[in-house]
Amino acid sequence: MNNLQSLQYTPKDFKSDQYVRWCPGCGDHAVLNSLQKAMSQLGLKPYETAVISGIGCSSRLTYYMNTYGFHTIHGRAAAIASGVKLANPELSVWQVTGDGDCLAIGGNHFIHLIRRNLDVNVILLNNKIYGLTKGQYSPTSEKGFVSKSSPYGTVEEPFRPGELTIGARGNFFARTIDVDLRLSTETFVEAGKHKGAAVVEVLLNCVIYNNNIYQPIIDKEFRAERTILLEHGKPMIFGKNKDKGLVLDGFNLKAVKIGENGITEKDILIHDAKCEENILHYKLATMEGDLPLALGVIRDYTTATYEEDFTNQIKEIQTKNPVRTLKDYLLSGETWEIK
Amino acid sequence: MTEQTKVKELEDVVIRFSGDSGDGMQLVGNIFSNLSAVLGNHISTFPDFPAEIRAPQGSLSGVSGFQVHLGSKKIFTPGDKADVLIAMNPAALKVNANRLKPNAIIIIDSDSFKESDLKKADFKTEDPFEELGLNSLYVQVVSAPIETAVKESLADSGLDNKARLRSKNMFALGLTCWLLNRPLEHAFEMLQNKFRKKEKIMEANIKVLADGYNYGHNIHASVSTIRIESAQTEKGIYTDIQGNKATALGLIAAAEKAGLELFLGSYPITPATEILQELSARKEMGVKAMQAEDEIAGICSAIGASFAGSLAATSTSGPGLALKSEAIGLAVMAELPLVIIDVQRGGPSTGLPTKTEQSDLYQALYGRNGESPVVVMAASTPTDCFDAAYMASKIALEHLTPVILLTDGFLANGSSAWRIPDLEEYPSINPPYVKPEMLEGWKPYKRNEETMVRYWAIPGMEGFMHRLGGLEKDYQTSAISTDPANHEKMTKTRQTKVDRIATELPPQEIMGNKDADVLVVGWGGTYGHLYAAVENILSEGGNIAFTHFKYISPLPTNTSEILTKYKKVIVCELNNGQFAGYLRSKVPHANILQYNKIQGQPFTEIELVEYFKKLMEE
Repeated sequence: MNNLQSLQYTPKDFKSDQYVRWCPGCGDHAVLNSLQKAMSQLGLKPYETAVISGIGCSSRLTYYMNTYGFHTIHGRAAAIASGVKLANPELSVWQVTGDGDCLAIGGNHFIHLIRRNLDVNVILLNNKIYGLTKGQYSPTSEKGFVSKSSPYGTVEEPFRPGELTIGARGNFFARTIDVDLRLSTETFVEAGKHKGAAVVEVLLNCVIYNNNIYQPIIDKEFRAERTILLEHGKPMIFGKNKDKGLVLDGFNLKAVKIGENGITEKDILIHDAKCEENILHYKLATMEGDLPLALGVIRDYTTATYEEDFTNQIKEIQTKNPVRTLKDYLLSGETWEIK
Repeated sequence: MTEQTKVKELEDVVIRFSGDSGDGMQLVGNIFSNLSAVLGNHISTFPDFPAEIRAPQGSLSGVSGFQVHLGSKKIFTPGDKADVLIAMNPAALKVNANRLKPNAIIIIDSDSFKESDLKKADFKTEDPFEELGLNSLYVQVVSAPIETAVKESLADSGLDNKARLRSKNMFALGLTCWLLNRPLEHAFEMLQNKFRKKEKIMEANIKVLADGYNYGHNIHASVSTIRIESAQTEKGIYTDIQGNKATALGLIAAAEKAGLELFLGSYPITPATEILQELSARKEMGVKAMQAEDEIAGICSAIGASFAGSLAATSTSGPGLALKSEAIGLAVMAELPLVIIDVQRGGPSTGLPTKTEQSDLYQALYGRNGESPVVVMAASTPTDCFDAAYMASKIALEHLTPVILLTDGFLANGSSAWRIPDLEEYPSINPPYVKPEMLEGWKPYKRNEETMVRYWAIPGMEGFMHRLGGLEKDYQTSAISTDPANHEKMTKTRQTKVDRIATELPPQEIMGNKDADVLVVGWGGTYGHLYAAVENILSEGGNIAFTHFKYISPLPTNTSEILTKYKKVIVCELNNGQFAGYLRSKVPHANILQYNKIQGQPFTEIELVEYFKKLMEE
């Protein structure tokens, strides 16, 4: 094991020589560190790793990774990453994207990447704001949100990334918090291990245009009560004193207190991230209000990937059809000879 | 009786098969042109589908046609007007009435010219020929009760009535073969192949085909049959190929030659879809074709595949090219190889999706933000689509640049006989890969100072990790740069890189009479019609020269020298004068005139000849 580890690339090996230009205090810094750690833990090789990004603050991340990288155009990273992965399935492909890049201009590519289930790891940095254009609302901004482009508040409902991912038949969804490096690294590692499209939503703080929006949930003072860390195979328990849990109430989830109303630990739901059925994952991914916000790996179901099926189809046809060159192909069709 | 039938020798003949969408006209058209090619004729064909997928039976909008032009001389176009029309119903007769030569022979199915059939095609009288004014053309009609004959012929076939009537097209084909003195053996073979797994249908078709032929033989038809001699053709193995298929195969050939995987990212769009379909079917050769969620994803997945080291292409038509423009800019900035195929159609907007036009030239040249030079090329004939796609790939791979290849709806659907090429005869393709010894001090935008091409490092290569992107980069360090002088230097570098490709292009050639006063200039898919018109004038002793462009950006190095030599340079194109405008900007001293047609239709030889003659007299 030790030998294996020494062969591994360290997080430092994934750092490029470029000066990091994000605002001081921006959550992107933390994500960069977590990602480099995760890649190291996954045992990836920088030269067999490709990081693809679109446009926006978060998409600059590509430049700071000492891997193969492509900082592309607004919204299209998922489509470009799809081409990279399909052309060379051996590469570990990561897409780094923001809420605007991924869910507004890139929404179409995002859902189709997920539907096809290409093995691309999507790190979605969700700060619910357009930062690089200096403060307009995004497709994840809450209804009524006041910004430079919504001076009287927005009149539109936001996307919830987990809901969209599962709605697009996604098989992996996890949520983490930018400053929680341990959880971020863990979820990135799980996303990396997952075969197929994986989405990790990072609740990201924009210190300049949308500061502290997640604070009411993630502040040390409330976090234990207002969030739940989901772990596969473990009961869904949360709270400072680990005395709260989730149970089913009809078709809905309900938070209960262990020891009250005859509820024991046995009544608490056990998290099964790996099952195909996604209704409960959907419920967990969309918890808000009276229910704790779910963190960790919410869904992790494995099925065939697009590139696997794609290459298998080629192989299968090649076993039946010996034609490999253009000339053989043309001669196998309808021809005549002029002598 | 047959001995008494006169035989007329012709150099070339245009035949048009026409009927309802469901009448199988494309199939018999294909069989007929193939068997003519096998007999050594030159051929050029053009299918004419209705825009509707299934229009009402017998209606004017449901007419489907297939035109074939064959000859003992070189054939460059599917022909303007038909010598022979096969009209399976009154609608087919009506739609094609103005596409007939004087004395044309019309074969009709008299069983489908009943009153109710005439009504479906909006005829007001009982004599459709009179009503269409065809009698003044002195057309000759061969009227055969095809439906009755087919029913009789297949009475013992065991097929039901509906299935029997599907063979009507074979009867018409048999009659056509009799009229053109074509033996049936090859047609039998083709039917045997096509219906290998449906023996009953195969036998029915073969029987009806023979009966149709014999029917022609046995009637005391007053028409003369037609004979076309075999042409002198280059030896080799031939096949019949459509433009879109040729384009697809050109990409495969280039990938094979370069030793790369071929990746296509594309989205269905008329008239380019067959490229996606052909490449999706070529899995035995390892082609990776992805039907993307939209046009943008089509090109973006291709850019991703190019980054990952494939020969990458995307195929589309005008509206799709518009959607791809930002991504083309990315490929310009990232300096990645990419082939973008635009099968042009009538525009703007949705325009005329099934009709041909050359109106995307400006879009290809200029349709992007910023200074964004790409290579622009155009294919000239259906079979040239193969060579053009091959050369587009070669240039893209060797110069790490996007190449836009313009074809058009006319080339895409048109077909001609094609000698199966030997890839040995095609130039090698050598992308400028990084080499291990370059690693020391290597930067992604470090370039060959002669060609200005950067070196290609592909993910997976150890040590060459790098970041590309749409942001401007520093000429020296390849890091992001907003330095004003650097931006200017990089802009000029990208332009120079494309400009220098001109030195590798073949010089522009002049055909016809080089010392003439008038130079006809064309580009792209109008080659056949322009060539035929120029030939026509030359054969009458006229004084005219012709040059046809395949490479548009950059232009061949001798372009200016050629254009300034002639008193009148007449640029002919199917748009409002885009190439003429481009040439005026590139060669301001030339006397550039323009001849344009914007009707969604190809030029006709007749209109060109008329115009050129007038121009020569002025």
